[in-house]
Amino acid sequence: MSTLEIKDLHVSIEDKEILKGVNLTINTNEIHAVMGPNGTGKSTLASAIMGHPKYEVTSGTITLDGEDVLAMEVDERAQAGLFLGMQYPSEIAGVTNADFLRSAINAKREEGQEISLMKFIRELDSKMEVLEMDQDMAQRYLNEGFSGGEKKRNEILQLMMLKPKFAILDEIDSGLDIDALKVVSKGVNEMRGEGFGCLIITHYQRLLNYITPDKVHVMMQGRVVKSGGPELAQKLEAQGYDWIKEELGIEDETVGQEA
Amino acid sequence: MTVETKLALTGEDVRSYSEANREPGWFADKRQNALALAETLQLPKPDKTKIQNWNFTEFPVHAVQDEPLTGLADLPQEARALVDIENQQTIYVQRNNTPAYVNVSDELKEQGVILTDIFTAAREYPELVEKYYMTEAVKADEHKLTALHAALVNGGVFVYVPKAVEVKEPVQVLFLHDSEEASLFNHVLVVAEDNSSLTYVENYLSLTPNAKGLANIISEVIAKDGAKVDYGAVDVLAEGFTAYINRRGIAGHNTTIEWSLGMMNDSDSIYENVTHLVGNGSRSEAKSVLVGRGKQKQNITTKTVHWGQDSEGHILQHGVMKDEASTIFNAIGKIEHGATRANAEQKSRVLMLSEKARGDANPILLIDEDDVTAGHAASVGRVDELQLYYLMSRGIPKTEAERLIVRGFLAPVVNLLPIEGVKKQLSEVIERKVR
Repeated sequence: MSTLEIKDLHVSIEDKEILKGVNLTINTNEIHAVMGPNGTGKSTLASAIMGHPKYEVTSGTITLDGEDVLAMEVDERAQAGLFLGMQYPSEIAGVTNADFLRSAINAKREEGQEISLMKFIRELDSKMEVLEMDQDMAQRYLNEGFSGGEKKRNEILQLMMLKPKFAILDEIDSGLDIDALKVVSKGVNEMRGEGFGCLIITHYQRLLNYITPDKVHVMMQGRVVKSGGPELAQKLEAQGYDWIKEELGIEDETVGQEA
Repeated sequence: MTVETKLALTGEDVRSYSEANREPGWFADKRQNALALAETLQLPKPDKTKIQNWNFTEFPVHAVQDEPLTGLADLPQEARALVDIENQQTIYVQRNNTPAYVNVSDELKEQGVILTDIFTAAREYPELVEKYYMTEAVKADEHKLTALHAALVNGGVFVYVPKAVEVKEPVQVLFLHDSEEASLFNHVLVVAEDNSSLTYVENYLSLTPNAKGLANIISEVIAKDGAKVDYGAVDVLAEGFTAYINRRGIAGHNTTIEWSLGMMNDSDSIYENVTHLVGNGSRSEAKSVLVGRGKQKQNITTKTVHWGQDSEGHILQHGVMKDEASTIFNAIGKIEHGATRANAEQKSRVLMLSEKARGDANPILLIDEDDVTAGHAASVGRVDELQLYYLMSRGIPKTEAERLIVRGFLAPVVNLLPIEGVKKQLSEVIERKVR
């Protein structure tokens, strides 16, 4: 079992503090959902874990099986087993999806141990089939001209090909119609099991109808303010966030910055 | 003020070269006239690069002699990789200044397609060569370098495609450079008659790491009504050359000329790529990629001149600059009066890989007609931080991520080259140069 542990994490962007002491522990074989209204720091948490260059961790720790994640470069974090499914993936002209994926897979392997082309293609084909993606997507340039839904599927395709220990999915459901949502969920559910943990960031409960979380956390004002089981997500869907704000005496749940 | 340049070669020298070459009178006379011009005409003035102190006139020898090849299997290793030896039937190879090998497929021969060195062409097809050689696209009296070229031309090739003939397989040309002493005054003349089509791919390849000579290279593409010419080139000339490389095209009615140019010289280079869209409905796509490294200085001007109505010209220039290299990228869309509904588009992007490198992108639109469309985009910047982050977040180390981004950035030309060996070579040269 692996463990991703976030302790008292404070994160700033351009000297504005967004996260104000986040605590969260995820084990493999668990799926956690982080919910909350807009502007409460959810995406900042995702970006800080992966090491986005614009976010500065001012205090606190992130460890993966005791290893200091914050001391690692972005690529080292990925090598250690972290994956971030991004809300706004970059477009990279001239680099095909397939070339990129092969480079990513081979980056984790020793020289001379690169994945064989045949095996790579077989695996890519089968994952693309699960995600109901056109085969020609493999030869298109990375995310260039992809629709919103195609980009999200492509993020999940990378997840399935790279098989990380922990995936953080940042609003992977935004902009997806119900069919695409089902497909994306199918991909994540295929990953579910021993050796895989997932942190799903969303502000809608609907994704959680297809991927049942083990734990649900609510973020407000840059902290996790409430945690519970899947029933918490259902209650949020039915009643919104106001009852939590009342319970905790919060007036403005945001950190004054779009998360 | 006119500055007289004392040239290393006299009229006498050039005359005896003409004789040894068995050149027709008109060709030899053209040299003599040009030689006189070369002494008085000024250098061209590429925008934002001072070339007054560059050496364009001194060189060790006018021409070197080499043995021809007995066959393609005879090619040096590095050159052989460019050619699909089993299947490439129509090919010309020049070694320094010597026509070393030429073959034209039987099918093309029957159709009247010509591929031969420029001097043989001047002798055997004077009616064609005299008509087009430095008369329409590039003229000897433009400036000192065109004059010098006309006076000293010492190699090159003539390609002719008759009316309505479609040349399906690419015509391949290799200009190999393996003598430090050699200078390349190569002239390429491509004539595509009405409704013909041609894909032409040339390589300039230095097989020696150093050069002491000059490269003064001119290509002319005359594409008649309804013709389509795809012109691909990869230039890999050694350090030490001073290179002037001018590729120009003239497009007739409903004619398309496409340029895919990989500018990978290690020498200081002045590049000029101009397309005259003379005919109505003519089109051009001019794509160039360039890598500058070391202390290399380069200037590239890609220009489309719209004369015809509904003419469509697209320019793309992508450059990668590293070390202390410096390059000016000029993109010029010129629409002449009367070229109604012309469209001139251009994009120039420069990627800077080091603090000390310099890259300038100058977008220029010159428009003398009202009813037209035009657009330009130019940018100079570093590798995008978020792209790097994205690739690295998948476990790709920073250097490899940069390499992928650069490769992608230069892909627009690589992917267009129709010969697998040449495409692969350009990829490899790019990898080697940006590493």
